[in-house]
Amino acid sequence: MEPISGMPAVIAMAAKNLGIFTLVILVVAYATYAERRVSAFIQDRRGPNRVGPFGLLQPIADGIKNILKEETLPATASRLFFVLAPIMVLVPSLVTFAVIPIAAPLPTPWGVVDMIIADVPIGILYVLAFSSLAVYGVVLGGWASNNKYAFLGGLRASAQMVSYEVSLGLSLIAVLMLAGNVTLTEVVWQQQQLGMWYAFPLSLAFILFVISAFAETNRLPFDMPEAESELVTGYHTEYSAMKFSAFMISEFGHMVTASALMATLFLGGWDLPGAWDNAFWYNGQLISGFAANGDPILANPAAWKTLLTFAGFAAKTGFFLLLYIWIRWTLPRFRYDQVMALGWKVMLPTSLGYLMLVAMTILVLDEVGLHFGFLYGLVLTLVSGAASVACVFFLDRGRTIAGAAATASQKVEIKTIPTAVASVHAPGRH
Amino acid sequence: MASVLFYMFAGLAIGGAIGVVMAKSPIGSLLFMVTTLGAMAGTFVLLEAHFLAAIQIIVYAGAIMVLFLFVIMLLNLGHDYQKDLKGGAFAVISFGITGVIAGFLARELGTTGIQDGPGGASIDALIAEHGAVGAIATELYTTYVVPFEITGILLLVAIVGALVLAKKEV
Repeated sequence: MEPISGMPAVIAMAAKNLGIFTLVILVVAYATYAERRVSAFIQDRRGPNRVGPFGLLQPIADGIKNILKEETLPATASRLFFVLAPIMVLVPSLVTFAVIPIAAPLPTPWGVVDMIIADVPIGILYVLAFSSLAVYGVVLGGWASNNKYAFLGGLRASAQMVSYEVSLGLSLIAVLMLAGNVTLTEVVWQQQQLGMWYAFPLSLAFILFVISAFAETNRLPFDMPEAESELVTGYHTEYSAMKFSAFMISEFGHMVTASALMATLFLGGWDLPGAWDNAFWYNGQLISGFAANGDPILANPAAWKTLLTFAGFAAKTGFFLLLYIWIRWTLPRFRYDQVMALGWKVMLPTSLGYLMLVAMTILVLDEVGLHFGFLYGLVLTLVSGAASVACVFFLDRGRTIAGAAATASQKVEIKTIPTAVASVHAPGRH
Repeated sequence: MASVLFYMFAGLAIGGAIGVVMAKSPIGSLLFMVTTLGAMAGTFVLLEAHFLAAIQIIVYAGAIMVLFLFVIMLLNLGHDYQKDLKGGAFAVISFGITGVIAGFLARELGTTGIQDGPGGASIDALIAEHGAVGAIATELYTTYVVPFEITGILLLVAIVGALVLAKKEV
């Protein structure tokens, strides 16, 4: 089938723009609802359940409330930058979604429509470029408020985002090496060709990427910029009403984009198990794979395939969103120096070493002449699995995974205070 | 369409550059600088140099300028810059020199036209074969591998030098 062209292509583009961005905004709104419901579930509370059935209209009520509330402007704030900051943080968090493919190509009577807003040739670099710009809004918001807590939050944000961008980029290179290109459609296609999702052959890169993505989106356990027990609420302390809401929307927007990105890079994007849904543009034709003699096999796209693959993509993205919320309400916050030490002393060397390991493995496999397929992925899975296990055990050093048994074997002596002394010195023990 | 976009980006780049010099606070200057860098990335995209545009944003706008912002805010600079500015004759001379250089550049590039070079078609073929990043990477790691590695070592030396300078006396 032919790709769509001419006037229908323009209409399709407009429809995709409108549809996908509306969808992202809706998911962002309901991510706030999900966070409150899941946190309530984890803490054995009810959560918002009054507005609409199961509280489903809560995000809309919140939106109306935020628009109607009074906007405050601190007297000593720098007016222009104070207003500019929420905009500068909101825009990058939403536009990055444009390069993520969300489903298999959709056939229409006028031609095949790709389910992606812009398949730019630099793909993932576009995401990195815009996510690196998001830090300006956070830092400016903290600085323009002319408030010590907000300023400290802004400074922390810039230091943290610069630190974790390094390991984020390095763990990404492993994916790009295996895919051989930077466009996300090609990353999905290569995962279909390999016969397995990159979470298996590049397991350590997956772990490092998830950790860095948590740090980049400023979510717990990395929410240093807004640590409420230390900094009130950090960089948006002075913001109220819709400006505050813009910061919240961009935080959840970052989460949604990061979740979609993790699903695309490591869980196959919209790919579902089996070869029935494979599709890729090759020399102007939509193909589903190559025959044994190297001839391309034509794909036959269908509307039901698009719908099913979109459901798969939504499920994977939803899984990561749930993981974000789940971790936030499970783990305590790091100390600031621990965040920096983890970023520079653990993540950076690990990702550099792993990158070299993956590069060597790929080189050896290519030199041996192994076909890019399931066996190829299996070898990489074994190498990466060994690296991941080694890394996790080094990081753990008998604390969490091994648990109490390891503590017993290490013979950690717990010093007990003699009861006679304790009763004298401890207040309120009588 | 492309020419409209070009004039938009070019206007933004020049306006941003003027803003860098004219802004009252250093933070304003910095944001104007980011605008200029972003607009230049836009013109790179119009020239189909996608990789260059992305790297321009990631490295300059996203990393180096964030570091500038960090330093300006940390030191709280920008309260007594007025006395550093030289007016009068100095301004006339500097504007004159800039104007002459700009005039020469416009004559050179305007008459020969850089877009007429023979490279276009072969670059398109390279991109079709290797992808936008692969086309640059192939050249960088085969033809120009020695200068590339030497540049890397130069940067390493600079980092080590900065560390030695910044290290406390023991």
